[in-house]
Amino acid sequence: MSVLTKQAPGAAAALATAGGGKPRRGSSRRTNQRSGYLFLLPWFLGMLFTIIPFFASLYLAFTDYNLFTEPNFVGLANFQAMFEDPRLLQSLKVTFVYTFVSVPISLAVALLIALVLNRGLQGLAIYRSVYYLPSLLGGSVAIVMLWRYIFGNDGIVNGFLGIFGIQGPAWVTDPEFALSTLIVLNVWTFGSPMVIFLAGLRQVPSMYYEAASIDGASRWRQFRSITLPLISPIIFFNLIMQLIGSFQTFTQGYVMSGGTGGPADSTLFYNLYLYQKGFTEFEMGYASAMAWLLLMIIAIFTAINFIASKFWVFYDN
Amino acid sequence: MALLELPAQHKQDKKRKQRKQEKNSPEDALTGTPAKRFSRHLILCLVGLAMLYPLLWLISSSFKPSNDIFRQLGLWPENWDFSNYEQGWTALNQPFHVYLINSLIVVVFSIVGNIFSCALAAYAFARMEFTGRKLFFALMLGTLMLPGHVLLVPQYIIFSQLGWLDTYLPLIVPNFMATNAFFIFLMVQFMKALPQELDDAAQIDGCGPFRTFLRVILPLCVPAMATTAIFTFISTWNEFFGPLLYIQNQDLYTVPLALRAFMDSEGQSMWGPMFAMSVVSIAPIIGFFIAGQKYLINGIATTGLK
Repeated sequence: MSVLTKQAPGAAAALATAGGGKPRRGSSRRTNQRSGYLFLLPWFLGMLFTIIPFFASLYLAFTDYNLFTEPNFVGLANFQAMFEDPRLLQSLKVTFVYTFVSVPISLAVALLIALVLNRGLQGLAIYRSVYYLPSLLGGSVAIVMLWRYIFGNDGIVNGFLGIFGIQGPAWVTDPEFALSTLIVLNVWTFGSPMVIFLAGLRQVPSMYYEAASIDGASRWRQFRSITLPLISPIIFFNLIMQLIGSFQTFTQGYVMSGGTGGPADSTLFYNLYLYQKGFTEFEMGYASAMAWLLLMIIAIFTAINFIASKFWVFYDN
Repeated sequence: MALLELPAQHKQDKKRKQRKQEKNSPEDALTGTPAKRFSRHLILCLVGLAMLYPLLWLISSSFKPSNDIFRQLGLWPENWDFSNYEQGWTALNQPFHVYLINSLIVVVFSIVGNIFSCALAAYAFARMEFTGRKLFFALMLGTLMLPGHVLLVPQYIIFSQLGWLDTYLPLIVPNFMATNAFFIFLMVQFMKALPQELDDAAQIDGCGPFRTFLRVILPLCVPAMATTAIFTFISTWNEFFGPLLYIQNQDLYTVPLALRAFMDSEGQSMWGPMFAMSVVSIAPIIGFFIAGQKYLINGIATTGLK
């Protein structure tokens, strides 16, 4: 996690449009210890509210706490039970499939559209807004419900397929297709990585392209040798943010299945199962252990990303 | 001579304008043959239409009689039916405006809390020198990456022991404690760009740190605060998980909970009213989006916030 804290904000800072100046040090900065802490007082309270639950949750992961009786220490029993719990394994599978299908697709679409928009088209602001709007709505209950009906048996998707004489599947109620509708929903929200890509593309100096076209480099060559390396930190940043967000999906699965994760657990996202365990079955110890497994999974994936990034992410300075 | 110079000047101006445009959009600005440009627009329009179609369909369905909704693919209702809104409004325990007001209460307090506490913390991180500043800043960035579910169970226990279940306090109070690191980071970025001389001048004029913050820095941070406000609005308005966890009493439901309850109880038979209430629930987001696009898009470009 510590690597993360150092690097990812760096990538974000590279995008900063509002920032820019480096922090100024030295005599002009206020050096008043007490007022510094005073300004941070709300934040300190908030940190208490983060750090204490953080360690409490670690402790609870090793207990059988059920909210009503005192927690008993049970060692690794929760973690052992997890690996023999078919629903937990299913929820991991659902979350992984969802993440590894939808994140690459939405990032690719976001980059592609950003590249087209970056060509200085008229009406850029309108296109950008239209593409961005869905990502503000994607997590709302109304839109997930809408999705349920769009992909329903007599929904517009099957109605549209019917025009071509195709009998569409029962998207929502067939375990084979239920998750794919949510993947489509996630791809639909590609607007927010797209806006970040656009901001990044703007910062690529145009003289590089001028020089390259004088040398006779093709468009594709320019993209591969100039654009891609220069925006690689932004690709990386988007990848990390989308991965972390996707691992934590909850509302989509909950609303789509009416809280069950069905049909046949095909939309049982990890966090939905965690919620069921903790707040409908009151197995708080088990739920805490699940939360820690998720934290470890995210940390491992982020670490892998950071190690791999050494080979493909290019930092200008 | 004058006649000759004028066009030349115009040409120069034009060139300058062109260069400016090129600077604004790297690669070749507005170039390509007209055919190429046209095809680009065509593709973008088609993709845009596909993006908007579900939303347009939702809005149009809210004006159709329930029986027509799945029989017509077209967006323009053949039979306009405004009763969906009336029916939907009164279908639950409480009329729908009660849920709108509930959501609004949570949203307003969250915005005030977020802006105030995050701006205070950001000022300390961006413009003050004190022992441990760097360490705290790193810690703050660390919480940016922490998945909320890790804290969930203990926080729930604390809130329930404080007797805060079935109140809005668990949804509001954390916002007053600068727990949203994204907004701190956003404001730090913004405040660092302001000239340090402002603080010095205020100090010479006899302002203490708090007055400098309140009178000098904060008024200059309006764009950053607007971004924070809009993002807080949208995420709090959409939030489903927190209210689901902490609010049991139906009269206290926020809009997302009310919508879900609607789907559970009536959704199977009353498509029209349900879609009407869906439109009501997302209308404020679309409104804020239209009003605050500039801030939103700059904000997301700055921090990668969703």
